[in-house]
Amino acid sequence: MKCPTDSDLKVRLAKNGNSLLEDAVSKAASRMGRRSFLKATASASAGLCIAGFIPELLRASAQAAGPNSNSFAPNAFLRIAPDDTVTVISGHSEMGQGIYTSLAMVLNEELEADWAKVRVESAPVDPAYNHTVYGVQMTGGSSSTPSEWERLRKMGAMGRLMLVQAAAQKWSVDSSTCHVVNGVVIHAATGKKATYGSLATDAAQLKPPTEIKLKAPKDFTLIGKPKHRVDTKAKTNGTAQFGLDVKLPGMVYAVVARPPVFGGKVKSVDAAEALKIPGVRAVEQIPEGVAIVADRFWAAKQAREKVKISWDDGPNANLSTSQMMSDFSRQSASPGIVAKKMGDPASALSGAAKTITAEYDVPYLAHAMMEPLNCVVNLGPDSCELWTGTQFQTIDRMQAAKTAGLPPDKVKINTTLLGGGFGRRANPASDFIIEAVNVAKVAKAPVKVVWTREDDLAGGWYRPMWHDRFSAGLDAEGNPVAWTHTIVGQSIMAGTLFESFGIKNGVDSASVEGAADILYGIPNVQVDLHSPKIAVPVQWWRSVGHSHTGFSVEGFFDEMAHAGKKDPYQLRRPLLAKQPRMLALLDLVAQKGNWGKPLPAGHGRGIATHFSFDTYVAQIIEASVDKSGNVRVHKVICAVDCGRVINPDIVKAQMEGGIIFGLTAALKTEITLENGRVQQHNFYDYPMVRMFESPEIEVHIMPSEENPTGVGEPSVPPVAPALTNAIFAATGKRIRRLPIRAGELAAGNEVKS
Amino acid sequence: MTSFSLNGKQVSVDEDPATPLLWVIRDSLGLTGTKFGCGMALCGACTVHLDGKAIRSCVAPLSRVEGKHVTTIEGLSPDASHPLQRAWLEIDVPQCGYCQSGQIMSAAVLLHENSKPTDKDIDEAMGGNICRCGTYPRIRRAIHRAAEMASEKRKS
Repeated sequence: MKCPTDSDLKVRLAKNGNSLLEDAVSKAASRMGRRSFLKATASASAGLCIAGFIPELLRASAQAAGPNSNSFAPNAFLRIAPDDTVTVISGHSEMGQGIYTSLAMVLNEELEADWAKVRVESAPVDPAYNHTVYGVQMTGGSSSTPSEWERLRKMGAMGRLMLVQAAAQKWSVDSSTCHVVNGVVIHAATGKKATYGSLATDAAQLKPPTEIKLKAPKDFTLIGKPKHRVDTKAKTNGTAQFGLDVKLPGMVYAVVARPPVFGGKVKSVDAAEALKIPGVRAVEQIPEGVAIVADRFWAAKQAREKVKISWDDGPNANLSTSQMMSDFSRQSASPGIVAKKMGDPASALSGAAKTITAEYDVPYLAHAMMEPLNCVVNLGPDSCELWTGTQFQTIDRMQAAKTAGLPPDKVKINTTLLGGGFGRRANPASDFIIEAVNVAKVAKAPVKVVWTREDDLAGGWYRPMWHDRFSAGLDAEGNPVAWTHTIVGQSIMAGTLFESFGIKNGVDSASVEGAADILYGIPNVQVDLHSPKIAVPVQWWRSVGHSHTGFSVEGFFDEMAHAGKKDPYQLRRPLLAKQPRMLALLDLVAQKGNWGKPLPAGHGRGIATHFSFDTYVAQIIEASVDKSGNVRVHKVICAVDCGRVINPDIVKAQMEGGIIFGLTAALKTEITLENGRVQQHNFYDYPMVRMFESPEIEVHIMPSEENPTGVGEPSVPPVAPALTNAIFAATGKRIRRLPIRAGELAAGNEVKS
Repeated sequence: MTSFSLNGKQVSVDEDPATPLLWVIRDSLGLTGTKFGCGMALCGACTVHLDGKAIRSCVAPLSRVEGKHVTTIEGLSPDASHPLQRAWLEIDVPQCGYCQSGQIMSAAVLLHENSKPTDKDIDEAMGGNICRCGTYPRIRRAIHRAAEMASEKRKS
């Protein structure tokens, strides 16, 4: 893969900013379309782009060192100051997944600096930090660690080689006779020692090495260790800076009144009452609605309640999710566009000894990050600077530039810490970025645009609502011989810049992931897709398509096992014969989860597996249901195979967090619309799992020598099915619609579907 | 003019007394460790101490704190040495970290009132604080660990 240099980009930008945007998006999308990340990384690493060598970036790194120009910045990812402080510059956003720590560990494995002196800061927007596979600067797809696995080790090794060379030259000895311990170069024969910091100025004069050999994994000293996170301290004493915490001199605050129906427009605005509130500066129409600008957030929020806006609801004022649900079900009765076909499922079904069918439903879901969306913009005549927590720097910068009418190199984005992302801050249309720049145009001062929780929940860009219809055919022994799966749900790529690249032959791969690539060796399979066009904006949400296929596929698998009078764990084993990693994980979770062993009365165990983002996860959940139908989740056993582990404690934390996230989706949340209006407002009607509902969680990591794969998302998909399968085991009631409704599980009630 | 003590320092602010304390602390007084999550006392991200009791500052009008003592995460300890902060570090509780100031402030009141809380005590005291990243198992462990650390300190 060839990375563009800064000068390449300048030439292309001068020609046309938009075509560059489309080009970047096309590259990203076509690579994202390749569902196997490992294949993509394998091809990329052959011609690994060491963007750190770009001279302009070297200067950029040196400038970033500030007044202390004695720092050594061998490449765009690393800076060493005379006081021995090592700064790793992360192109990936820290949103809780621990990436600042993991990437610093990967780089420092080769650099061999004193780990206690390593700091991490966020990168500016620059092609040097483009994702090694997706080709734009972004964080998502559980791909950051695999993306940087090779590149950052090379960047660290480059630094070490140059520092050692600087010491060797100073001492007039051969480099090969020196070694490094904790950021100190040592020449054993003479006893000479020098710290990295003391060598920074000399090392900065050297040329980068042309050949970089990486350590053999057996020599790793940092990778694989449960090192403490680099960001914990700032997150326990109030100093961690999120987007919402940014304050500029002279900054004003804004909220936006957005249409109550997606696609609605402002008809007229009466701002008279709002403008009477002290501190309110402006009430102005912008493309997204009406911006209310004030000296303080609170004044802006109060003023928004006083602005009288007449809306033209447009064509979507009749949208209803209950209507959609029945439409989806009707549509699923006929096959859609075929995403996968193997064997002859139709004849296998008609010839089967037994057939079963079922329909599954999941709702729209909001990401509901604890930090609501926000963006600070300082817009000048020739410049635009943004401070925000984003997962999508390259695209956001280009969209901000287009909105501001400036070339992208006049737009600077400062990526702060993200108070949660879960996909929402990688918006395919850069919605909160473009809106903030539009607000800045009317604010006439640096401005912080703040979304309230109500804005967040009603603001769209949800995980799509999906309907899944299955049929399975079993032979006389209860073994599956046919499997058909019809999926109905909006395409995430459709209607975005990604559309022409992200959808192949009418199939959005994000809609069928986890379904068209099921690991089970069933001989006759068909998976097909309907993608209705609906005006509700949708996007990726932690685990994307897997968030519905994990539930429906593994729930229906459990139904199939029971229909064939098979144990759900035992039925999976032969069907995973050609998937040794998943089979080993399944056996591990069954053993750790005491599968088949007695349980307290009223308790049930459910099992589920799911492969996503090149990572294997298997879970067992133990749950019970009381007479009123309330579900109690007692214990979750999770086994994961994510290849080589960088930091086992971070892997555990991601499994734990993904499980709680998955439990909230299974037990609590749905976004519904009636008359085109979102029905949920705040945490009282979009509730989260809380401490008292949080189960005991046990995580087992499978040791592996394979390349590392992602851990941010893969623990989410198996949660809902492991739970509904446990509920079936406990009560005999089959849940096919999320969230789980206590009313349906109450004694004497039937489960609706 | 409303006067109160903020982290041990007297402050006076000239704001509408109906303004929620949260926005006074964050936007006027510049202490941003206290977070906005819901504005309705539903998530606990804005938890601070008012005369030693946990309150949700997003619904507490400024007028309520006149003459009283307010403590935020920045004032919990001068050097992040509170047993909860040390336990949070030891167990690496935070993920995104956004809710953690509120979690720690709620837990601090619990520990102050109950030096050896049970799991059930923790469930009750922490039920008002949401963590979307799902750090609850670690918060629970860290509260137990902080209680242990505090008791070791008392013994020594």
